[in-house]
Amino acid sequence: MITLEDILETNRMIKEQNLDVRTITMGISLRDCADPDLQTFCDKIYEKITRKAEHLVKVGEDIEAEYGVPIINKRISVTPIAIAAEACRTDSYVAVAEALDRAAKTVGVNFIGGFSALVQKGFTKGDLVLVDSIPEALAVTERVCSSVNLASTSTGINMDCVARMGKIIKQTALLTQDRDAIGCAKLVVFANAVEDNPFMAGAFHGVGEAEACINVGVSGPGVVLRAIEQVRGADFGVLAETIKKTAFKITRVGQLVAQEASRRLNVPFGIVDLSLAPTPAIGDSVAAILEEMGLESTGAPGTTAALALLNDAVKKGGLMASSHVGGLSGAFIPVSEDAGMIAAVERGALTLEKLEAMTCVCSVGLDMIAVPGDTSAATISAIIADEAAIGMINNKTTAVRIIPVPGKTVGDSVVFGGLLGHAPIMAVNRFQAEDFIARGGRIPAPIRSLTN
Amino acid sequence: MKIVISVLGRDRVGIIAMVATVLAENGVNILNLDQTILDGFFNMIMTADMSGASISLKELQQIMKDKGEAIGLEIRVQHADIFQVMHRV
Repeated sequence: MITLEDILETNRMIKEQNLDVRTITMGISLRDCADPDLQTFCDKIYEKITRKAEHLVKVGEDIEAEYGVPIINKRISVTPIAIAAEACRTDSYVAVAEALDRAAKTVGVNFIGGFSALVQKGFTKGDLVLVDSIPEALAVTERVCSSVNLASTSTGINMDCVARMGKIIKQTALLTQDRDAIGCAKLVVFANAVEDNPFMAGAFHGVGEAEACINVGVSGPGVVLRAIEQVRGADFGVLAETIKKTAFKITRVGQLVAQEASRRLNVPFGIVDLSLAPTPAIGDSVAAILEEMGLESTGAPGTTAALALLNDAVKKGGLMASSHVGGLSGAFIPVSEDAGMIAAVERGALTLEKLEAMTCVCSVGLDMIAVPGDTSAATISAIIADEAAIGMINNKTTAVRIIPVPGKTVGDSVVFGGLLGHAPIMAVNRFQAEDFIARGGRIPAPIRSLTN
Repeated sequence: MKIVISVLGRDRVGIIAMVATVLAENGVNILNLDQTILDGFFNMIMTADMSGASISLKELQQIMKDKGEAIGLEIRVQHADIFQVMHRV
């Protein structure tokens, strides 16, 4: 029997603590759409996406109404376009991005991910076309998200791509400078990218995935915050247990929604992603959790340890609550999307270097970081190389989503709106890495033993 | 299908009667009822079965919402599974 207390607790989580399902993401394979003619390929992918995802938004809204739990986003991920479009005789995939954008608008999803390339070891012809199409593709579309995986633990780091991505990010910023370089907010550079991530901007439908699947990302920093407020001053064992129990409850909701969506759409259930994803709403902040643990501000000494505990406890609690866990699964620390992170940067407590350290113990990386517009392409590449190295050596996913905002500098801020939030421009180390990035080639794959 | 109806608001005469009447009129069978006053606020949780209902869950949600708002109550109707999965392993 469900008790009064149980019901009140669940509804308090939803109403007061921002418990929600962050996204239902339908992964769709486009491998069968390959065609030498670009226009035919675009027609085929538009037809397939709009057919497969026709009822996605409706089903999401129905589940939301019936269970009373908000489902914030309905999204689509597709096979990396560099693979799906490789057979096309063309030197630009911008038309493909436009077809994806049209499909997203037709079915009513707010983002579609998969304008992507997997180049951790090297470029194919299609990979090069894709990477070079990114700036224009993100400038002329609204809902398309792009990602590039340029490193992995088993292959090392593709430094040619690292160098190239610095320039691509600068160019993307330039082409969308009238909108505070929002193109860069839709572009993620990965090391060890996962194939079943439901979260944007880095979602794509991996080549090892089924024809279609439903992946769900839950969220609930506010719920965790409220739970640990109840154990203020208790030791770390109690703290970790409290987070685990809360993560279990949050994840069970995600599992329920995923199963229902899968059943109603007749698409197999893929995974639940156990990430704690903050939003700009007050009280829905990962930084606030770290501060509730006893830190004066996020960024203070102790922040990395606090985040490590949080991330680990969320996974341990969530694992038992879902039959299949995957995706990125960890606490996100996007600066612009977390009111507590923004405040920590503004009060001078949180720097780029501390964020880099935090990414060693959490998912996913330097996320939604706005930096001065005059940051050089080589410096951006070097920041990417550092993150990729952390991911490669530690056998984890890391990412960089950095926004060099043209015409802005430290002290300014940018507003992206909605879930993307706003961000103060962060200072970047002024010393150069031009010669390092100019070397090119690959950083070899790391040793997997003697790991001290 | 099992549903949970939760009612929150300032206490007054006839809240249970009003909710029960709506359910009876639409063929929804009450299975359990738990009610308490917390800080002067009326809290009621009702579990009910919709298998013989003459309306859909969405329609019932709308009726309850309107009836509740008219007398200053918040009435939520939800599929019971969300509570079941969260609190029972």
